[in-house]
Amino acid sequence: MVRRIGISGNYAVAYAVKMADVDMIAAYPITPQTTIVEKLSEFVANGELDASYMNVESEHSAISACVGASLTGARVFTATSSQGLALMHEILFMASALRTPIVMANVNRALSAPLNIWNDHSDAMAQRDAGWIQLWVRSAQEAFDATVESFKIAEETRLPVMVNMDGFIVSHMYEPVELPDEEEIRKFIPSRPLENRVSTKRAHAVGVVGPPEYYYEMKYQAIDAIEESRPKIKEIDNDFNSRFGKSYSEIDTYGIEEADAALILMGSIFGSAKEVANALRRDGKNVGVISLRVFRPFPVQELRRAIEGIRAVGVVDRATSPGGSGNPLYNEVATALYDMPERPVIQGFVAGLGGRDIREDDFRLMYDATQKAAREGAGRCIYVGLRE
Amino acid sequence: MLEIRWHGRGGQGAVTAAEILATSAIKEGKYAQAFAAFGPERRGAPVQAFTRISDKEILTRCQIYEPDIIVVLDKNLCTMEGVGDGLKDGGAVVLNTDGKAEDYLYVFKKAGKVATVDATEIALKELGTPITNTAILGALVRVTGIVSLETLEEIIKQRFRQHAEKNISAVRRAFQETALLETGERR
Amino acid sequence: MKCVKTTLKGWREIPEGGAITEPGSSVNFDVTAWRTSSPVIDQEKCTKCGMCFLYCPDSAIEIDETGNYRVNISYCKGCGICAKGCAPKAITMVKEGH
Repeated sequence: MVRRIGISGNYAVAYAVKMADVDMIAAYPITPQTTIVEKLSEFVANGELDASYMNVESEHSAISACVGASLTGARVFTATSSQGLALMHEILFMASALRTPIVMANVNRALSAPLNIWNDHSDAMAQRDAGWIQLWVRSAQEAFDATVESFKIAEETRLPVMVNMDGFIVSHMYEPVELPDEEEIRKFIPSRPLENRVSTKRAHAVGVVGPPEYYYEMKYQAIDAIEESRPKIKEIDNDFNSRFGKSYSEIDTYGIEEADAALILMGSIFGSAKEVANALRRDGKNVGVISLRVFRPFPVQELRRAIEGIRAVGVVDRATSPGGSGNPLYNEVATALYDMPERPVIQGFVAGLGGRDIREDDFRLMYDATQKAAREGAGRCIYVGLRE
Repeated sequence: MLEIRWHGRGGQGAVTAAEILATSAIKEGKYAQAFAAFGPERRGAPVQAFTRISDKEILTRCQIYEPDIIVVLDKNLCTMEGVGDGLKDGGAVVLNTDGKAEDYLYVFKKAGKVATVDATEIALKELGTPITNTAILGALVRVTGIVSLETLEEIIKQRFRQHAEKNISAVRRAFQETALLETGERR
Repeated sequence: MKCVKTTLKGWREIPEGGAITEPGSSVNFDVTAWRTSSPVIDQEKCTKCGMCFLYCPDSAIEIDETGNYRVNISYCKGCGICAKGCAPKAITMVKEGH
């Protein structure tokens, strides 16, 4: 039976991890850590979850412990945020290349300096090339569902998965979440031993040297795996949908059918952007919005299909790439659309850095600027809400 | 959709109150959000929290700038800039004070209703500590009827466990002792 | 002396994550060509203390059926650590080809 309760995004993830029956959790418990692992330690302490909980001395150790445990075939989880994710950086690449199916919740927050614990996407964007599958959720319900799906995606692709959730705006917001029965979740992701793992029974060496004759081929395996994950992510979501009645595609669109201008964005601002698009459409402005749920692998084909007929898109970045030709999401979108015979004009925006609220007026400004770009061409990136 | 903005000080439980109210509304089958405008958490520092309640799914996740209701957990906050900002015409104010509602109308010029309760006194008596959030929830439910007292008490039981009884007493006393001033401003 | 020639595997053939899935793969690694000199053990002087066996970085020292220490010349790269570590000075490094 489905239970509908009011919980935060953090707790939604913790419930998903508990129901996924993980074997091992490694986490560093100090800021910028969140209540995800606090709740999980409670589950373990109360005997509600039979898992080994490792309190480690840094995020670098947390992810290292997860890689080790995962190599033995254990189902593992960790959670982090901002500076914590940055500290994990070098091990993230090992996790993907060693093909460890780790699931990690990353509560998106700004990177210092100045010191800031609020939401933006700089932390995850800085790990863009680490070879992890990246999912981006928009609500506590999605945080739960994506975390459950992630264990299956990770184990079937043998790649690590990062579930990104906006700091405070989703992580600490209380809202309704429907929780299925634990038994049903466990049927969806049965715990089964992975082949080809380190054990005391069989000789098996990992983390070996890859000299120039071999590094390239070994690296390409992980590149191929993330490409091959595209159909698997779809399949797993179909299975999830047939069991739990909730479906998530790589991209979600709103009102783009007749739109001449659309915003492209990620994370929790999708709802607010829809709300404002609604109001503008009532005033006769044909605007829509596209939200990416999957950032890695980047949904190139899905995005191209979605924007057909749209004259201008506005890409909303909540992270920057100083000195770059554009900011992270803008660059991805521009590359994905570049060789279309009829591509839209692309206007870049930066908004909501370091937890700055993106207000309804800010969305209006972005829709207006994108419509203007449709008529007059795109200008330079607009830093929305920046004081002169 | 009903939008509520909470003003308190670190340690008074404004964020928890926002969450309890949202959780109660969700329990009654509604859609709700509760969130905070977190600053570095320090006891005594001003804190803002927000609750949205609706019969339909809530899309927006912006902060609340034009609330229907403002709840103030500490009368001294009324002297600070911004506490009364954006209140909708005829909106409601729920205020913890030992004074009279009339004395605060200069802050909440557009208010249609101002409810007052001495939540500090109630909290000190019932809980032995000036954590005013549960008392103010009693007052809020009294004047707005957003959720039922029963649901509120049930959620408080789940949340506070061994401290639930004292807090429920605080809710009930505040529910009884709330004074209401209707200003004649209309919504 | 064996000539070491490996066929390099393609990315599909390499075990997932670059793992080595079979034990003892170093047995196939002949380092004969690396040596300029090789150890010769004087069995008269040898006290069978086993230091050469412990110190050899490539496990090229073996113990035969009679309990004598022998050098498996395929795995000896001629580093001389065994000779340095031999207390009774039973091991001499002899230049290759002499």
